[in-house]
Amino acid sequence: MEFQADADLPPILTVEGVNVWLSGRQILHDVNFRIEAGEFTGLIGSNGAGKTTLLRVILGLESPTSGRVLVGGRPRSPRNPLIGYVPQKILLDPDMPLRARDLVALGLDGHRFGLPRRSTAQKVLIDEMIDAVDATSFADARVGILSGGEQQRVLIAHALISRPRLLLLDEPLANLDIRSEQEVVELVARIASEQQIAVLISAHDMNPLLPVMDRVIYVAAGRVASGTTEEVVTTEALSELYGHHVDVVQINERILVVAGRETAAHHDHSDSRAE
Amino acid sequence: MAGSLAPVFEPGFFSSSPVHVALIVGGVVAIVSGVVGTFTVMRGQAFAGHSLADIGTAGGSAAFLVGVSPLYGFVTMNLIAAGAMELIGIRRPRGRDLATGIVLGAALGLAALFLYLDTTHSSTTGATINVLFGSIFEFPSSLVPVIATFSVVATGIVLLSYRPLLLSSLSPDLAAARGVPVRLVGIGYLVSLAVAVSLSAVTIGAILSTALLIGPAAAALRITKRAPLAMAIAAAAGVAATWLGILLAYDSYDWAPGHRGWPVSFFVVTLVFAFYLVIHMSIGRSHGHGHPSVGTGAA
Amino acid sequence: MFSGFMVTAWEAATIVAVVAGVVGFFTVLRGSAFAAHALPNGAFAGAAGASLIGVNVIVGLGVFALLGALTIGGLGRRARQDVATALAIVMMLGLGALFLSMTTEYAPEIYSLLFGEVLGVSGSELLPTAVIGMVCIAVVFVLYRPLLLSSIMPDAAEARGVNGRRMDLAFLVVIALATTMAVPVVGSLLIFSLLIGPPAAARSFTSKPLHAMGLSVALALGTVWAAVALSFATNLPIGFFVGAISACSYAAGRSWVAWRRTRPVTKISRTGLLRA
Repeated sequence: MEFQADADLPPILTVEGVNVWLSGRQILHDVNFRIEAGEFTGLIGSNGAGKTTLLRVILGLESPTSGRVLVGGRPRSPRNPLIGYVPQKILLDPDMPLRARDLVALGLDGHRFGLPRRSTAQKVLIDEMIDAVDATSFADARVGILSGGEQQRVLIAHALISRPRLLLLDEPLANLDIRSEQEVVELVARIASEQQIAVLISAHDMNPLLPVMDRVIYVAAGRVASGTTEEVVTTEALSELYGHHVDVVQINERILVVAGRETAAHHDHSDSRAE
Repeated sequence: MAGSLAPVFEPGFFSSSPVHVALIVGGVVAIVSGVVGTFTVMRGQAFAGHSLADIGTAGGSAAFLVGVSPLYGFVTMNLIAAGAMELIGIRRPRGRDLATGIVLGAALGLAALFLYLDTTHSSTTGATINVLFGSIFEFPSSLVPVIATFSVVATGIVLLSYRPLLLSSLSPDLAAARGVPVRLVGIGYLVSLAVAVSLSAVTIGAILSTALLIGPAAAALRITKRAPLAMAIAAAAGVAATWLGILLAYDSYDWAPGHRGWPVSFFVVTLVFAFYLVIHMSIGRSHGHGHPSVGTGAA
Repeated sequence: MFSGFMVTAWEAATIVAVVAGVVGFFTVLRGSAFAAHALPNGAFAGAAGASLIGVNVIVGLGVFALLGALTIGGLGRRARQDVATALAIVMMLGLGALFLSMTTEYAPEIYSLLFGEVLGVSGSELLPTAVIGMVCIAVVFVLYRPLLLSSIMPDAAEARGVNGRRMDLAFLVVIALATTMAVPVVGSLLIFSLLIGPPAAARSFTSKPLHAMGLSVALALGTVWAAVALSFATNLPIGFFVGAISACSYAAGRSWVAWRRTRPVTKISRTGLLRA
């Protein structure tokens, strides 16, 4: 698969030689990759492989020990309007007085001081965004009582309303049933292609993303391989990444990565626990 | 040897009967607090632990009013409160804090009423102070067996349910998946917390009960991640702080101002706080971005 | 009931209720119940210390409440906040025990600091109460949106330049200020009831954040006014009534939710209260 990157535009995200040490442990080893404008990229790896740390580095919540991160061709900074972020979990009680609509509105102006006074134009924008993620039917319900899939849609609207160029999603498919999983993936892919937004979505299972993914970034033990699915998800490439033999098996258009015969089923084990 | 220690141990320290009772009761309470408190900190229930001490004051002051030992008032009230918290509490940490807060608020209202009645209807003006700040030197030795029994109950529950309790404290989901009755274990633990807190609140005062429950255990859990060792360290540190505090308070009868003695609770709290601070500083530095010592009970 | 000193009492209680309703909305939202309990309780020690060295009680309360907020914020950075809060409160109360042992205050005075003496509020205390209260409300209004965002999704807030730790500390300082102004009026133990009870009840009745804040102010006002009137009529302590009414309004809120839950789904869904 070839990407038609606009020659005039710098890549929306460039990660160069990033190393991260936390509490005396190296979490990320020499990570390099690029994401072009409008690309849909999956960040795949088992729990604890370093996906969340990598996302935090891109967001500016964690500083790399060495290396650099460019967003839209410029050094990354906190409060970067080019990035929209969908966190893995939000802290909500079921009876917190906050409607889905309020959460989306906070995406517009949540960092500003003062009580909210939203103009008619802003209200229209909020309604449009809610409609775009098919959340109109529950826009006035409390966020805390929504199902996992509904909450993800509201969070996506929250992240998209400030019109970012790059959308980061941290494990949006975790704890979703198979149908909502599919719906969320299709929704993100549709909006991304409509609005020309690049997407970086982390997941421990790549299969739900296979139909829409332009490129995969595979993380294992803090090391990263990136390219198209065909390039990266091969027995050779992943064995090299893991540092021991793994098999890539295709069954009914699903891709499974299993530990090879020579070694203990380390990766397999951590994956099954993640489910 | 005895001569060189004389300035430290004021004359009469070892022969005074109230001091003996104080040392025994304080030691027992510190051990129970260390054992139970380790789980309180691991489960993120410091607020519940502290609240029970305050909530008990409603029972304690009611007991003053009817004329029974505050101990029974504390235990009764705390068991009711623990039940109420469990009833309206949700498993999310914030919901639980709110449930604790509501129960605490209502109980404090009752405490206000009972203490008011205590101070106006009886001549003993000391009820407020006594209930809140405890009076370790005035503890009747006749109640020592009762204290011992309650201590055995509180530690017994924790030790008997040790493994399921540990698992459900670290990861409720994992525990549930393994077939641990998480809710039942939680209730059992709350009962032992209620008993332990009543015990310490009534002997050494509501303030000290929180200090001994949380301080040593929190420090111990920063030193080691292993629960049995943490319990031992917490108990030992608690006993040391209590005994040293009692000694200092005894000595302080000669100090300024007024030669009336400084309160035991001040010394014990200061020692516990200092101990935690030293551990916090020395361990905290080396861990840099380290995550909170142990998983939040209900994450 | 509305004569001279009673008017002062009504005014003081009204100011405290409005502040408690506004600040309490975020106390409940952020799960800061423990801090809301610890700061007023610990600040009590400051009052005892102030009376020992003969300065204004408000100064003692303010200094201790702010020190407590900074201790919780500082220790809470690397340890769990509930542990930090517990240690801060016991340290302050330990000092309180020391100060009390040195003063010659009679028990009733201590009692009134703990449980409040709204009828004893003097006209001169009203001005500082009002000023500090206005500051509290102003800060909450200014920080409203970032505070809301960082309470719900701390990482996403941080990524947009809202520093979670600074928000935490700012809110602790707001609680400390509310404490300082409210303790002489309703007492250290009962300002806590006001910070928790009415806001917790309010959220059962509306799902809109600003409405919940308004309703929580209204409920706090109702609670305090009823408590003052009942306290005047029965001569029992105001703290008892504040605690009891707060708990009752919370129970009423929960019952309302439970009742709504049994009603047909379509209706409930439309009002945004619940979905099946």
